[in-house]
Amino acid sequence: MTCREVVALMTDYLEGALPAADRARFEEHIAGCAGCTAYLEQLRVSLRVLGALAAVPVPEAQRLELVAAFREWRTRA
Amino acid sequence: MAADPDLEAVRSGDEAAFEALVVRYHGPLLQLAAQYVRDRGVAEDVVQETWIQVLASLKRFEGRSTFKTWVYGILINVARARRRRESRLLPFTSLFRREGGNGPAEDHDRFNRDGAWTTLPARWDSLPESRLLSLETLAKVSDAIAALPEKQREVILLRDVAGLGSEEVAGLLEITPANQRVRLHRAREAVRQALEEYLR
Repeated sequence: MTCREVVALMTDYLEGALPAADRARFEEHIAGCAGCTAYLEQLRVSLRVLGALAAVPVPEAQRLELVAAFREWRTRA
Repeated sequence: MAADPDLEAVRSGDEAAFEALVVRYHGPLLQLAAQYVRDRGVAEDVVQETWIQVLASLKRFEGRSTFKTWVYGILINVARARRRRESRLLPFTSLFRREGGNGPAEDHDRFNRDGAWTTLPARWDSLPESRLLSLETLAKVSDAIAALPEKQREVILLRDVAGLGSEEVAGLLEITPANQRVRLHRAREAVRQALEEYLR
């Protein structure tokens, strides 16, 4: 596999979607390639930053309104 | 499907469990809502309406997907309905966001004719966490997502921000798993590139 081919398969690799034979060739390439190793690391870092986007505080008024809606739902249930 | 502890807690009337879900899902739900409607206030309304609908439909939920996926599915429906309603009120031209093309995810001069790197990518393993997760970095990533075509935005928000499984994402968006991965690959590459430019 060339570096270009390995980069094209990065998402399939990270998603666990590569057939076993391709996965083995992919990993063999990565093990001997500093560029592809760095690139894979960049993608993993990108995923961590994306995950961090999830932390947005709920506005207080919205939270209280939903808790009130939940209480009402519970009394009707 | 195994019992979902979040679902069971909410169904049994556990207020703290419900509130914890509202807090935990807020960011991903809001960002997904913001992909369909234009302003933040409307996106917040969409999140609110989603939870109200979750409560209204909870008894009928049959567990064919996970509870979490079900909540995101409701949000997508609420947000799309809201957009349709808004689109009748808006001048026609304002409906179209500028969207990037569907060009190749990687820029091809990074590789030589043999397909090997011309310049090695920078190593990010020693970047300080404080820089990586700073508000500025997060804002850059948000901008990069906002600039994606909608089909890629939906996938990266559901898969990487909300953290749904890849099959759940494909199911929600009614696309094949392979297509889901193609969109995800392009979207992740755009985010990686934005980070590369910002962190260099």
